[in-house]
Amino acid sequence: MTELTNLTLAEARDGLAKGDYTSVELTEAFLARMQAHKGLNAFIVDCPEVALERARASDARRAKGETKGPMDGAPVAIKDLFCTEGVQTTAASKILEGFKPQYESTVSAKLRDGGAVMLGKTNLDEFAMGSANITSAYGNVVSPWVAEDDTDKLVPGGSSGGSAAAVSARLCLAATGTDTGGSIRQPAAFTGIVGLKPTYGRCSRWGIVAFASSLDQAGPMTRTVRDAAIMLGQMAGFDAKDSTSAKVALPDFEKALTGDVRGLKVGIPKEYRPDGLNSEIAALWDQGIAWLKDAGAEIVEISLPHTDKALATYYIVAPAEASSNLARYDGVRYGLRVENGGNLDEMYMKTRAAGFGKEVKRRILIGTYVLSAGYYDAYYLKAQKVRALIANDFAEAFKKVDVILTPTAPSDAFPIAGGAKVDPITMYLNDVFTVPASLAGVPAMSIPGGLSQRGLPLGLQLIGRPFDEETILRAAGVMEAAAEFSAVPTLLRGTK
Amino acid sequence: MSLDKATVRKIGFLARLEIPEEDLDGLAHELNGILGWVEQLSQVNTEGVAPVASVSQMKLFWRDDAVTDGNMPEKVLANAPDAADGYFLVPKVVE
Repeated sequence: MTELTNLTLAEARDGLAKGDYTSVELTEAFLARMQAHKGLNAFIVDCPEVALERARASDARRAKGETKGPMDGAPVAIKDLFCTEGVQTTAASKILEGFKPQYESTVSAKLRDGGAVMLGKTNLDEFAMGSANITSAYGNVVSPWVAEDDTDKLVPGGSSGGSAAAVSARLCLAATGTDTGGSIRQPAAFTGIVGLKPTYGRCSRWGIVAFASSLDQAGPMTRTVRDAAIMLGQMAGFDAKDSTSAKVALPDFEKALTGDVRGLKVGIPKEYRPDGLNSEIAALWDQGIAWLKDAGAEIVEISLPHTDKALATYYIVAPAEASSNLARYDGVRYGLRVENGGNLDEMYMKTRAAGFGKEVKRRILIGTYVLSAGYYDAYYLKAQKVRALIANDFAEAFKKVDVILTPTAPSDAFPIAGGAKVDPITMYLNDVFTVPASLAGVPAMSIPGGLSQRGLPLGLQLIGRPFDEETILRAAGVMEAAAEFSAVPTLLRGTK
Repeated sequence: MSLDKATVRKIGFLARLEIPEEDLDGLAHELNGILGWVEQLSQVNTEGVAPVASVSQMKLFWRDDAVTDGNMPEKVLANAPDAADGYFLVPKVVE
């Protein structure tokens, strides 16, 4: 029998339905693996009591012939950016240490109400600001992958690095992530898993600690495309508590996996192949194009002319929104407070200086500056206009093609030790291929395409029309079958 | 444009972030690096382009103007660093 922790979500669903094992057995298997691999630092909080209680309830339901859906009894991890009732939620920041929400985020509530078992809260970059999971106040996450020619500990990517490492290392069946500029897709690429950022508005943002509200989107991180389809169905849907939540029909995403892409028009944007593109990444991209072509898709060269301005646009828009969102951490209503007899302003300033880490402060300062009197037009308004042009690039492209294929990240994973030394802009360049889709609000997905020469995972990204996750899932399913990606993390080798 | 120490201190106050004197130079350097880099947007012709705050194609929906929540002071105050008698406590504001 397959080791329980190696099951996919779809296999676990079917096995639970057939009675091959119970949710408690699955949950205990994952809890044991979480204990055995504490060294990855993938979780900020473990919640074995909550998990076993939900697992027992799921088994009891099933014994009566009832189930709450495809994820009933499935052990999953929740990024520590989702507020979870009674379970500490920190956003990986000192400023929220000890914060126990009195309510449950809509997405995690949907999973809970669908019977999913929460194993714990996964580590991330502080307030989801980072691409390497090295800005967490609770320590960096270690990737379960190691390069063949090296022994350096590697980053899992970020910001959903804990979720990515946990799914890749089989510490959970699947995990939630959030993506503002690539925070689901880039870590998925680095750890050899599937990560889907849905259309802006597809999943409710209510109860998710806000970073940049016009960009933030929750999505599934799984080991297969089918699992992503199943989990998205459990996370998505209209929510009156999020004014930007979309009132659109919720399809059965799994039904989209027809395996047939004949006649599908796949756009290849020339701007994603700049001079100096890593040759391994370029080769993988070509391979991905060939897979879709062989399956009967039509390849169309397209242009997204403002691509090279997306990153700079993002690094005005996202910090501006962040500086506004993070104003709520004032030491009054929740979280850390530092005071030493001064006035209210001094309390605010000391609290925020002590509670926020370096990258978060940097972005708050940039955001405050670009929104300040005299600079608003030059920076923020300009960025909002360029954003309109970037969104229009995609709208024009989708008149000609059904889906767009690009690489996910410009390189494979890099060492943790190196990550701490690079300057901010070099770090920001990790998101060069993921940020444009975020700014346009369109759905995008990373799937594992192969390994680099150093034996590390590389991802390919599919971008779709607004609210057409079905087409990217369909294309992803075909590519997944062609890629036959079966590599397991270094950590798992020899353990079958 | 280039940020000097005084400007960084001023932004720090606007953002209610205390910045130690010895960090001002380093931060000014970093922020100038980022601002210099985003300056590239000035090359883009945006004449006649309307700015977007959100790319959501939808019109924001309206809900009934009704009380839908409330009567849970204990929950509201549960995570407060300091609270008493149903209120948040803060340092003295009025001298």
